[in-house]
Formats: sequence, structure tokens, C-alpha cells
Amino acid sequence: MIKYLIKRLMLLLPTLLGAAVLVFFLLRLVPGDVCEIRLAGTGLYADPAEIELCRKDLGLDQPMFVQFFQFLWGYVTFDLGKSMWTGAPITHEISLRFHLTLQVAIMSTVVAIIIAIPFGIISAVKQNTWIDYIVRWFSIAGIAMPSFWLGILIILGLLIGTQEVFGEPWMPPIEFKPIWEDPVWNISQLIWPAVATGYRYSAVATRMTRSALLEVLREDYVRTARAKGLVEKVIINRHALKNALLPVVTIISIEFAFLMGGLVVTEQVFNLNGLGRLFVESVGAQDFNMTQQLVMLVVLIFVMMNFFVDILYAWLDPRIRYS
Amino acid sequence: MSNTYTKFAVYLAVGAGLALGVSAANAETPKMGGTLEFVVPGKAPSYDGHIETTYAMIHRVRPFYSLLIRVNPDNPSDPSDFVCDLCDGDVPKPTENGTKYTFKLQKGVKFHNGTPLTSADVKASFDKIIFPPEGVASARKSFFKAVSSITTPDASTIVFKLAFPTGSFIPALATPFNFVYSKADLDAHGYSWHKMNINGSGAFKFVEHQKGAFMTGVKNPDYHLKGRPYLDGYKAITSAKMALSIQAIRGNRAAAEFRGFPPKARDDLVKALGNKITVQESDWNCVLLGTPNHKIKPFDDTRVRQALTLGIDRWSGSKYLSKIAIVKTVGGVVFPSHSLAATKEELMKLKGYGPDIKASRAEATKLLKEAGVPGLKFTFHNRGVDQPYKIVGTWMIDQWKKTGMKVDQQVNPTPVFYDTLRKKKTFDVSVDFNCQSVINPIADITKFLGSAGNNYGSYEDQPLEDIYNKILKSGDVAEQRKLIRQYEKHALSDEARLMISLWWYKINPHRSYMKGWKIAPSHYLNQHLDNVWLDK
Repeated sequence: MIKYLIKRLMLLLPTLLGAAVLVFFLLRLVPGDVCEIRLAGTGLYADPAEIELCRKDLGLDQPMFVQFFQFLWGYVTFDLGKSMWTGAPITHEISLRFHLTLQVAIMSTVVAIIIAIPFGIISAVKQNTWIDYIVRWFSIAGIAMPSFWLGILIILGLLIGTQEVFGEPWMPPIEFKPIWEDPVWNISQLIWPAVATGYRYSAVATRMTRSALLEVLREDYVRTARAKGLVEKVIINRHALKNALLPVVTIISIEFAFLMGGLVVTEQVFNLNGLGRLFVESVGAQDFNMTQQLVMLVVLIFVMMNFFVDILYAWLDPRIRYS
Repeated sequence: MSNTYTKFAVYLAVGAGLALGVSAANAETPKMGGTLEFVVPGKAPSYDGHIETTYAMIHRVRPFYSLLIRVNPDNPSDPSDFVCDLCDGDVPKPTENGTKYTFKLQKGVKFHNGTPLTSADVKASFDKIIFPPEGVASARKSFFKAVSSITTPDASTIVFKLAFPTGSFIPALATPFNFVYSKADLDAHGYSWHKMNINGSGAFKFVEHQKGAFMTGVKNPDYHLKGRPYLDGYKAITSAKMALSIQAIRGNRAAAEFRGFPPKARDDLVKALGNKITVQESDWNCVLLGTPNHKIKPFDDTRVRQALTLGIDRWSGSKYLSKIAIVKTVGGVVFPSHSLAATKEELMKLKGYGPDIKASRAEATKLLKEAGVPGLKFTFHNRGVDQPYKIVGTWMIDQWKKTGMKVDQQVNPTPVFYDTLRKKKTFDVSVDFNCQSVINPIADITKFLGSAGNNYGSYEDQPLEDIYNKILKSGDVAEQRKLIRQYEKHALSDEARLMISLWWYKINPHRSYMKGWKIAPSHYLNQHLDNVWLDK
């Protein structure tokens, strides 16, 4: 097992290097640069000499391979560089937003699990009954409905509903306060994006739970368990569900990794100052330094989640052996 | 006749009502205290006004700094009304044939760190803006080409000497980006320090900036305008999307957004909140232009360019577009509300501004035929921003299609858009825009000169340059006005170098409890917040 883990960890390096090469060179294929946007993006005239000066300051005048080497050297020296837009250290910019994104991702995952696992089980156990149809309809609606659209509906619903009831419209806070600073504020802001994204996320997981459980319920060992007179609850919980959860865990882990960098639109809808929004802003401003470090962070999260899931498989299914 | 009397009576009543309303509003005593929360849709690259150009920086950072002079906060709509900020008394008149301006500074002004503000600080700040050392950036150096020297005879006097008299000096001086920095800071920390640090003498002191989230300021008790500011502090909240900003005002998470909303947002807010929303509106010193690429055939042909401008029905466009977009006013090269701007009668003499659109389009068709390009086909290059680019661009294309042209639209995200417009110059006809802070017609109209750095039409036009040089040297307003009409006719009609679409229109719905703030014709102006108070 230890050998396997070391091997997997070693494989991370070429994956990350490949991602670094791709993101660095692909970003530079896009026309325009951060200095043009910064000094003349509002349409005002910018002296070409000023733009050149800005490029020099940011090191954009250097040959591309020198810039690439500096980018890689940053990992060796644990210096991710500075944002080309704000001039602040990238680690600072990311750490400001990381806990918000992490909290939304965790809350969305909790919402998704709370909905998906019971609904998926009920739907499988009560296959082709009206309960199954309602659950399937509910989950298909979740897949079909973009979470940002649901987010907009939630905000509008809150505004209109509270105005109707209390006379003054209310909407969730639009600035973040950590949960240890103001838990009520924090939850009243983040519960809505967690519900909006968690619902879509749960829809995928519900369907996966249902189909995986249906498959397992047809297995011989389940029939044997029934034949020896085990209670249905025990059969489902102890024998079927654990095996059926393997694909569900995969889906949940991939979705979690996706939430860490992919909540681009939902973060904008709820004005969350998270990593997704930072991603959009840095791409829009052609802040290469920030964009490439964010991409690398997301790659790292995906790789680590896959690694984590592999380990989890072993716990869920003891037949899996690593060699 | 009775109808005339009725109209007169109505006007009189409305006028009296407005006068009473205004005087009643003026009579309101500002209340002290409270924190103003407003949204800013954009990110500020740095805090340094001398190098930045975005309103996103101004809205957050301007309240921390003072200027030497500023646009009159009580009358910001008047493009020629400037008042002292750090200087004492009235804005001085020039001496020595208009080449010398002597400013006396207010005494007892302090920076937020407690050090006194003297003329040395003002000089150091303007030296950084006008004569930056090599390797130091300055976004507005070109605004001050006329300035030959800055001297400080004593600690409270600063003298600007100009190489030649120009009416554009005072408006340039009032530009809201001209923050006065402490010389000691510049000497001790260098010219980059203000990018990441703040030490001003404005109405508010910097407290916190959580990047991407908010910036906060607290009342400066030593502010040089006694009794100001009224607020205890402010919080500028970053809002990523316009829709969110609108809902934030509706849900009372913010009192205002100072850039501007489209008409639909105003109507929705008023419908939802009634008198809890106050709407201020103004012509906006921004305009979208169509720029034909003179290096690409057939746009090197005057007849083709004239056909392009003739095909656009600006008068009806104003009527309909103003219902959905932040554009409204039909105008020429000068900001419409300025005394140097063309009247409607004067505009109607220009190609593309005539009252009979059918006749204009017939003339356009004829010109295209004469130029050998009937049914002209081209691609219109646009910027991927909804308000007002995509809306105005789509409208312009529709106008050209009505003249028999076949036009495709290529919409690019901002970086790619600028790269194509400014560097590659591979477009046929592109949208471009001219957006300024302080209204300074003589400086603003340089956009139309082929030699201007921000003109991307790729043409040379010596007669236009000659007219401009006459405008620059003219000291007489009536003569300037006459020359600007010649300039306008040459640029927009005779040669049709660039096409003006519609001037922007600024709409600021805000919570009615926010008082004291007056809309200016630019989203860069009147953002010091020292006159804002909360009626809560």
C-alpha cells in the first residue's frame, strides 16, 4: 500500500509539469496583454511608452522561455509570484478566497449528500412506483437547471417574497464574513449558493446512487441475504449500499474538485469573492501569473481528489488490492 | 391661443414646483453619522491615481485624497465650474497673458499620518504627474503639455508656468486622478509606494481593503473642509455583475452604484421601491464611435465613409435605444451640454444627422454605387460588453442593412478587441469610444485627429490638423465655437473620418436616504463623498 501511495505521488509530478507547460503557452496565445487592459482598457489614450514600461515592470518583455523558467522556478523557491493586476502576492490573493470557496464546496457537498443518498435509495427500492417517478423528475430537473439560474431565482424569490411579507425586500449579504467571526451572517450568505449548486450536484449523485443500487440489488449475494431471511433494511444498508457507493463516491469527489474552481457563474450571481470569480477576473485582465497559478491549483485539487478516492475505494471494497 | 396659455401655465407650475423642491432640498440640514455602503462593479489594479485610468479605482480611493482644485460638487453638471479643494479662495485667474497660475494653499491641512501638507507636496505630486522621472509611469502626462515649470515661492504658494496659454489647463488640473501625495512618502518610499499604500488628506482615512470584496474608510476628523464629511465612514463593496448591483440596491445591501444603470434597471427599482429610490440622470461624457479602417478598401473612399454615416438614423435611434441602453443624446464632436457643442440646427446640416432618413439613405445608396460597391459587404468589429457596445453595434448594423449593406458582426472579448483595434488593425469598421472625466472639449476632440495616439482609423488629415491648431491658439470663445463647427463638419461630414453614434446617458438610481450626492456628467467625477449624508 505504501509503495503504491509513493508511486502515485511520484506520478503527480509529470502530470503537474504537463499542465504547467500547457497553461503557460496556451495563455500566451491569446492576443492582448495586461498592460494594455490596465492602462488603456477604459478607452483612454495610453502612451505606448507607458505600456512598454508596464510590460518591462511585469517582465513581459523577457523571452518566453525565460518567463517559463521563472514560473517553474517559483515552485522550487515556494514563491508563486505576484498578480500582474494588483501587484499583491498570489498566495495572498488565493488565501483570501480559498476558505470561502472551500466552505461553499463543503456545504454544497453536504446538501448534495443529504438529498442524493436517501433519494437515490428510495428511488431504487421503490423502483417504478410514483415515488420513483417523483425522485427521477426532481433529479432530472436538477441536472437540467443551471445552478446560476437557480441562484438568480432564489435571489429574486427572496427579494419579492420578503417584500410581500415584511414590506421591505431582503437579500442575502453580498460580502463575506468568516463563520468564526459572524456565523449568522456567514450562513445567511452561503446557504443559498450551497443550495443552488448542491441541488444540481445532488441530481447527478441521486441518479448514480439509484442506478448503482439497482445493479447491486440484483446481485446473487443480495438474493442470498434475502433467502436467509435478513431484514431488508440490513440488506440495503450493510450489503448493498456500501458496494453501490463506489461510483457515487467518484462522482462526489469529481464534483467537489469542480466546485473548488468551477463555481464561476454562481459566485458572480451571489457576489462571492471566491476562486471562480478570481479566475474570471484574472482571465479578463490577462493576468497570466494569477491565471496559471489558479489552473495549477485546480489541477492539483483534481489530482489529489483522485488520489483520495483511490484510497477510499480500498475501504469501501476490501477486494481492491494495490500492487 | 388657449393651448399656449395652458402650456405656459403648466410650465410655470412645474418650474415653481421644481424651484420649491430644489430650495426645500437645499434647506435640508445634513445629518451626521452613518456608514455609506455602495457597490463598485470592477476591480482596481492599484491605488495610485497617477497611473490608473479606471473608475473602479476612483470610486474606492478618491475619498482618501484631496486635489488642488475640483469640479464644483454642488454644481457638477456645469463643465466650467471649478472650485478650490486644497487651494484657498477661488480658482485663480491666469496672469502674464494666460501663462501663469498662482495657487495659495489652505493652511493647517494635514495628511492622514499627521504631517502638514505644504506646497512642496503639491509640487512633488504634479512633478510625478507631469515630469515623471525615467521609468516612472504617468497616465496623464500628456494633459499637461503646456506646463513648463512648477515652483513653490513659499510653503503655501504653488506656481504653474505654461509655455503657451490654454483653456485646457484648469480642467486638466481638476482631473480626479490628480491625488496630492506627501513628498515625504515619495522621498522615503519611492514612486511605487502609492500603488499599494494610502496616505492622503481626503475626507476619509483608509481602514481596510479586502481584495475582490470591499474597501472601507473612516471619517477624517482633521479634514480641511470644516464640518465635513458628514458620514462616519464608507464601504465600497465589489460587485461582479450589474444584475447583482441592482438587486443589492433593491435589497438594501447598498445605497448606490455610481457608474450608471440602463433604463430598465431604473424602472424596475422605481417600480419595486417607489419613493425609496431617487433617480438622477445626466448626459454622459462618453460616446461610441464607428471607426472605418482607412487602410482597407473601400473605406479609403470618402463616399463609402459618408454612406456609412448617412445610413444611420440617429434621431429615431435616440428615441428607441434610450429605452434599453445607456445612450440617448444625438451630438457632434463636443459633449452635448457644453456651450461649444453644436445645436440641433447645426447638427442637422451634417451628413447622417438630417431629419429625412429616407433621403439620407437614398444618398448613401447612390454614393456606394458611385464608389463601385453597391450592397457593400463588411464586418463590424465590436467589443464583448453588453452596455452599450453590443446593443449599439447591433443597432448600427441594422441601420446599415436598411441601406442595402451586408454587415456581419465580430464580437471580441476586451483584450482581443483592443489587440485588433490598436495593434493588428485588421478590422473593416470597428467600434471605438471616447470617454473622459472632466469635460474639456479642446482636449477631448483630439480623438478625431489622424495624428492622435488614440485614433485607430489610420489616416492623415492635414486640413483637420490645421483647424485644430487654430482652435488651440484661439482665445476667443465665439471664434473657438466657429472653428469647432468647421472641425466637426470636416471630420464627421465632409471626410466622414469617424462616425458618432449616440452620446451616453448616465442613470443613477439610488436609495433616497443617501443625500448630498449630485450626478456629474462623468462617472469619474464627484466621488470624494465629503458632501454625502444619510437621512436615516
